[in-house]
Amino acid sequence: MGTNQIHVTTPDGLDRQGNPIKISGAIYIRVLFSSKFYPVSDYIIYCEEAGRLKMVMKVYGPVRAACPQRVLACLLEKGVDFEVVHVDLDSGEHKRPDFLLRHPFGQVPVVEDGDFRLFESRAIMRYIAAKYEEQGPNLLGKSLEERAVVDQWLEVEAHNFNELVFAMVMQLVILPRMGERGDLALVDACERKLEKVLDVYEQRLSKSRYLAGDSFTLADLSHLPAIRYLMNEAGMRHLVVQRKSVNAWWEDISSRAAWKKVMELAS
Amino acid sequence: MASPVKVYGPPMSTAVSRVLACLLEKGVNFQLIPVDMSKGEHKKPDYLKIQPFGQVPSFQDESISLFESRAICRYVSEKYANQGNKRLYGTNPLEKASIEQWLEAEGQSFNPPSSALVFQLAFAPRMKLKQDMGVIKQSEEKLNKVLDVYEQRLGESRFLAGDEFTLADLSHLPNTQYLVSVTDKGEMFTKRKNVGRWWSEISGRDSWTKVVDLQKPPPPKSA
Repeated sequence: MGTNQIHVTTPDGLDRQGNPIKISGAIYIRVLFSSKFYPVSDYIIYCEEAGRLKMVMKVYGPVRAACPQRVLACLLEKGVDFEVVHVDLDSGEHKRPDFLLRHPFGQVPVVEDGDFRLFESRAIMRYIAAKYEEQGPNLLGKSLEERAVVDQWLEVEAHNFNELVFAMVMQLVILPRMGERGDLALVDACERKLEKVLDVYEQRLSKSRYLAGDSFTLADLSHLPAIRYLMNEAGMRHLVVQRKSVNAWWEDISSRAAWKKVMELAS
Repeated sequence: MASPVKVYGPPMSTAVSRVLACLLEKGVNFQLIPVDMSKGEHKKPDYLKIQPFGQVPSFQDESISLFESRAICRYVSEKYANQGNKRLYGTNPLEKASIEQWLEAEGQSFNPPSSALVFQLAFAPRMKLKQDMGVIKQSEEKLNKVLDVYEQRLGESRFLAGDEFTLADLSHLPNTQYLVSVTDKGEMFTKRKNVGRWWSEISGRDSWTKVVDLQKPPPPKSA
């Protein structure tokens, strides 16, 4: 029995191994070690590996959007199988009733881990990092105190960093793409605040290899998508490259294999 | 008995009061150390050593120095998992993930517009700053959309993350308290049936009543 072998049983009892069988528009599989049959959507694939059932996590969202990228980077770091279900933001798919059933705020990403559904990229990252603690790098911190410092810098990213970068990307990239004029005074104000925030990062990273300490954690990972947007589409490279320690940190974290894979998926 | 933990910052700060609520829920003794923000104490070198962004609160115990109110709340809830409210941060990974989801929703969707309203309507007048009517209108619109989602959620679930009061609900207390008690925007919460019911329950907890008390200015000293 190889990896990724899919076991299915049709209601007629046919074809117990191999490909999922579609009957009347629904796919049926039988869960091993139980006598339950249940229908699953087209996208959930049950895989067996070494006798254990492994489910592939579904990630809803476009691979080019920053928040889904956070989750994908985390899954890749931990070596967790996943499947991306594209959501077309340009056509407003995320605001339509059937998507709102998955995410009541109409945002991406949402993940489905079997029956368990979760939204908010940082909550999803924490869930993945905890569930797969035993595999891949430790992204959460080992002791209670280490975890607290990771949380601290994850909160800094969420509140001191991301809001400013998001505002700038909105005015410089997203609104112009939609044919609207960005508010350059707002960009200027955000840039000045972000300079002060990055000065604190510079101070921190001159003493600490990564934000939370000696190891790469969720706190660093969480910054990847927004910094990439900032340096590329938003044309704000100078904010990073002019700061020696921030620049070294960025070079380090953005050259990780998992992030390179996310960039590949997004290209 | 462990010496009390230290919390730096004025209790009237929404972020400081978030931490105080958590400490009270967990029955952890604390010492509140004043930081005079009107005199810019939070931007002075001594304070910047413990909070480099010059913000409140900051937290210290015998093992760690920490900032960011939601990170402090998580640390306190984990460290004191077996005392006080034991369900505050969930008792299994799925409960915890649900709490994290709604804690992030608070931080990302609820906090920006509600904080802006608290600043414009509760603090700006006190600080003799001009109010920005555009910001007030925009923030109110955003917050209404968020509260519509909460109304739906709280019709399906007693508290945000599930059947129990958790950090996810607690995190909403500070901003909502100001909006309900000192602005005319309290209606946004009380006119929604499920949100109103939820607000009543969470704000009526002993821990929050104590925090609100701590936020009151001390009575004038008698002559």
